[in-house]
Amino acid sequence: MSRDSALVSADWAEKNLDTPGVVFVEVDEDTTAYDGGHIPGAIKLDWKKDLQDQVRRDFVNQEQFSALLSERGISNDDKIVLYGGNNNWFAAYAYWYFKLYGHGDVVLLDGGRKKWELDARTYTTDVPQRAKTSYTASAPDVSIRAFRDEVVDAIGTKNLVDVRSPDEFAGRLLAPAHLPQEQAQRGGHIPTAVNVPWSKSANEDGTFKSDDELAKIYGEAGLDDGKDTIAYCRIGERSSHTWFVLKELLGKENVKNYDGSWTEYGSLIGVPVVLGDEPGKA
Amino acid sequence: MTAPDISGCAAPDQSAPIPAGVDLEKETVITGIVNNAEGEAVGGAYVRLLDSSGEFTAEVVTSPQGVFRFFAAPGSWTLRALSRHGNGDLVVDAARGVNEVGLKLAA
Repeated sequence: MSRDSALVSADWAEKNLDTPGVVFVEVDEDTTAYDGGHIPGAIKLDWKKDLQDQVRRDFVNQEQFSALLSERGISNDDKIVLYGGNNNWFAAYAYWYFKLYGHGDVVLLDGGRKKWELDARTYTTDVPQRAKTSYTASAPDVSIRAFRDEVVDAIGTKNLVDVRSPDEFAGRLLAPAHLPQEQAQRGGHIPTAVNVPWSKSANEDGTFKSDDELAKIYGEAGLDDGKDTIAYCRIGERSSHTWFVLKELLGKENVKNYDGSWTEYGSLIGVPVVLGDEPGKA
Repeated sequence: MTAPDISGCAAPDQSAPIPAGVDLEKETVITGIVNNAEGEAVGGAYVRLLDSSGEFTAEVVTSPQGVFRFFAAPGSWTLRALSRHGNGDLVVDAARGVNEVGLKLAA
């Protein structure tokens, strides 16, 4: 993958709003943003209601994903353009899903909602009606998804990238600073993880930094290209953003997103945890 | 021109009362209103919370009334607002409890 095949600009998007076979999809945790105004022609996906299983702690399975996209009128051969708020966190999470379930042509809109807003581009409240389709998701590609045991085994052997803020990494905060902090799990990070906050990879307007800047950031953080990499955050959405940077923009091999992330790891019994700013020892 | 309502974006409703479960004895809340050069509230602005080294910590979108809110920690922080109407910065020394500030956009 590369920037050209994984990312489109706001200018490209504006010129292709009516292009047949191109489907704009807004993805957010809170879809009131979509309801208040969205890119013309875009449909919405709700990160919690649509993409998470409503009973088990997991995301939707192959059948549920097929049913969801069929119901929303998305075909296997459509080009999907994902965007959202929060600097595209949840759009990147959805991108990872589309890849996991084998969708052929999917891209992120660089800068997401923020760039669109700061450019003062047009919104609409019209909700498009799309005819139902018969979408078939592939079996999940677990080569891009890490599970907890694999993460514990990765301590000291693989690149672990903690993409939360420095205060969350050190255990001083348990959640991003726009959310209340009370939570049951322990603070800290997985031993040997390097801290490269997701925000390092984004410009102020939400667009991604250049490939040269990105390569420098992860190189200086000590990411070893000879090793496999697992990215994690708190609930797996910010680490999807970094997974996208490493795998899709920089084209690194064997990069996984650990979607269980700190809310799972920090609640496990008996696993090692490191407090403070240093990665710590295996 | 009225900005569209783009509140939300994964952050809790910025103008809602602080949830009852939040303990203000423990939390450090930084809250306020973004105003333009004419003093009018600006909804749909992006407010970024940067730590004392200038590192990004969090970002929210202001409510239609221009309100933003962060749950931070005591210390020095920088607020930076971005909007289609202009940008603005403010340094805040926050203490435990509620810290109310005003953030003005340069024309």
